[in-house]
Amino acid sequence: MELKGKKVIAIGERDGVPGPAIARCATEAGAEVVMEMTHCFV
Amino acid sequence: MVLIGTPNPESSELVAMTLTEGDPTWAGALAGVRLGLPVFHITEERVKALVPAGVYDSQVGLAELALDTEAIAEAVQQIRARVHASD
Repeated sequence: MELKGKKVIAIGERDGVPGPAIARCATEAGAEVVMEMTHCFV
Repeated sequence: MVLIGTPNPESSELVAMTLTEGDPTWAGALAGVRLGLPVFHITEERVKALVPAGVYDSQVGLAELALDTEAIAEAVQQIRARVHASD
């Protein structure tokens, strides 16, 4: 599996891992984040 | 691909199913829509291994301690295996 060069959708959740944190990890791994969001079900 | 940060195995399974086979609750716009996207949880070891350790620890480290990462990984892997098997 490889993240470098891949387009990534980051779907975070308030009670888990937020979208910006996932997006940062993906970007640092060389991926392009095309969409990022954080769900909240409270 | 899709990286998710859901907090438990149940929500991970629901999101993974929605993005691959379609909304299993048939309640939303993705009901019956088979997107077939590869879905991984950010805490899965194979994803973690691709992220620089310092970045991962600062962004995900705390949440990782609180989540049942093994059960979450198993739930998402099962959906991937099922979708792959039916292709």
